[in-house]
Amino acid sequence: MSSEQANDLECEHLTKRFGAFTAVDDVSFEIPSGSFFSILGPSGCGKTTLMRMIAGFEDPAAGDIRIKGRSVLGTPPNRRNVKMVFQHLALFPMMNVGENIAYGLRCAGVGRSDIERRVRDVLERIGLPGVEGKEINQLSGGQKQRIAIARCMVLEPDVLLLDEPLGALDLKLRERMKIELKLLQHQFDTTFVYITHDQSEALVMSDRVAVMNGGRFEQIGAPQELYNAPGTAFVAGFVGDSNRWSGRVVAADAEAVQVETAGGARLLCRPGALRPAPGEAVEVFVRPEAIAIAGGGAGEGAGGNRLAGRVDSLLFNGAASRVLVRGADDRLVEVAYAPEGGPGDFGPGDAVELAWAAAQTKCFPSQG
Amino acid sequence: MPRKDADRLSLILLMTPLLLWLVLLILLPHLGIGYLSLREKVAPRVYHFSFANYIDFLHEPIYWNTLLRTAWMSILVTVLTLFVGFPIAYYIAKVAGRRSRAALFLLCLVPLWVSDLVRAFGWMMLLRETGIVSGLLQWAGLSSGPVEMLYNDVTVIVGLVYTVVLFMIVPIVSTLDGMDNSLIEAGYNLGGSRLTVLRRIIVPYAMPGIVAGCIIVFMLTAGSYLTPVLLGGKNSMWFTEQIYDQFITRYNWEGGSTFGILLLVFTSLVVWAGLRLSGQNLATTVAKR
Repeated sequence: MSSEQANDLECEHLTKRFGAFTAVDDVSFEIPSGSFFSILGPSGCGKTTLMRMIAGFEDPAAGDIRIKGRSVLGTPPNRRNVKMVFQHLALFPMMNVGENIAYGLRCAGVGRSDIERRVRDVLERIGLPGVEGKEINQLSGGQKQRIAIARCMVLEPDVLLLDEPLGALDLKLRERMKIELKLLQHQFDTTFVYITHDQSEALVMSDRVAVMNGGRFEQIGAPQELYNAPGTAFVAGFVGDSNRWSGRVVAADAEAVQVETAGGARLLCRPGALRPAPGEAVEVFVRPEAIAIAGGGAGEGAGGNRLAGRVDSLLFNGAASRVLVRGADDRLVEVAYAPEGGPGDFGPGDAVELAWAAAQTKCFPSQG
Repeated sequence: MPRKDADRLSLILLMTPLLLWLVLLILLPHLGIGYLSLREKVAPRVYHFSFANYIDFLHEPIYWNTLLRTAWMSILVTVLTLFVGFPIAYYIAKVAGRRSRAALFLLCLVPLWVSDLVRAFGWMMLLRETGIVSGLLQWAGLSSGPVEMLYNDVTVIVGLVYTVVLFMIVPIVSTLDGMDNSLIEAGYNLGGSRLTVLRRIIVPYAMPGIVAGCIIVFMLTAGSYLTPVLLGGKNSMWFTEQIYDQFITRYNWEGGSTFGILLLVFTSLVVWAGLRLSGQNLATTVAKR
């Protein structure tokens, strides 16, 4: 009844092994009621196994899962009030839309007239009133998506798990569904746990994101936090676009770390939580939009980093357009540019100077 | 166009054996049997067109009783085969690992490499009065004298189920193979018990395979001759036995033809009724894929 109750889902030191392979390695987290939580990671990082443990399809080797403060380890999947939207949705093809949604209610022994009313209500809430009689294969991709969510939400679960449900949709629809999912989550005011390998899905929709790699959580935080203050080299590289250099620390003090890259350039960095010692191997990350580009040595940016180079090519991609600059060490650096003004004054082959602040340069100890 | 000609030639070459087979071995004999069944022998070598053979059949209870009994026993065998075959098919398609699946399938096929006759003889070796089971029972002291387990309905049914169970397993495995495991998991996740998931998700999904298997098994059983005769002896009262009697023992080809046609029509009616009851049709079951 106290602070414990504020969390819909808590996992403690959760571990799962398949033979000698550890799929989920000592993961702990808690999700406050009514929030949108994403688990972001590359394929094979253990995120699906983690979700299957929460749903009850896999038993953890160690650790505890608590839903609304109560451990569910001994509870079979059909008794847990955790519903799941599957990757390919798993709508039952032999039932129509109404029967699909009513399935869970019938399993729960709800009365016939009550079922009818609740199915109608939930269809109205997802904006598809009156489709009860349609067959599943008559629906579009986006509609199927919403029916799959409605089928779970009609049961008023404590937690809704979503396993990359947008993966099968085309790009335009995916963008729209991202916004729609977020709205649905607000509307139902239920805790959503969303699994994805697509960082933009995680960043756009979530209140908090956990970045997972090799069975462990690398960092848990708000999307802005992950983007602006990544805690590890993996997070810095996985979330958002980055230029990456590997190098060795030359000098380090409280404010800044000086790194000599493999190509011989010297960069000033802001260290992460752990200040690397001189001589240590590190990785340096700089966001493309943090770099200012200027033709022929006009750049300023006092106390920052400078790099001379030549424009290699221009990549136009709307708001995410890039200039590729080849530095003296023959490495390509990605720099963002505003597409409407255009680079204008430079084209491929021009000499340019890149400048960015030390505060925008993150460095982390190399992994492995 | 030469391309079109080549296509046509290959179509003809492919279809010819099939058509020959259908016409010579299926269509022609049935036309012949149908024609024979409508002839009545009025004097030596004098025949008239009449329905007398069919009327004879209706007037002789032993004939239509045998037909009804064959149909009922075949339905019973079909149902039992379904209950035996479905769990095996489910295990092969959904539970077994990828490698053991092939081995299990092969094990199911092994009995087919041996002829019907040898398999029936195997049952006889096991079940006859001086057979292995009887001997074991006496040795264990469970029975004081030899036990005859052949020549009764239970043995006939067991033997038939054993002979046809593979034809139930294969179509069900192939439909369940196409089923996404997440459908079953979703069934549990939404609160279904084992029974609910089986009844409302797995069985409806497997329905085309189940119906296809049932049709094949029913037809094979109703038309089988060797197993009921060898395991059931004179008591088996199988309709195919009557047909054999008419043709071979009594040399009454007209009567035998009539029985043949009646068996075909009656089993077709049963299959049709079964399809109507299960809400399926041939296009979605036997002709699937």
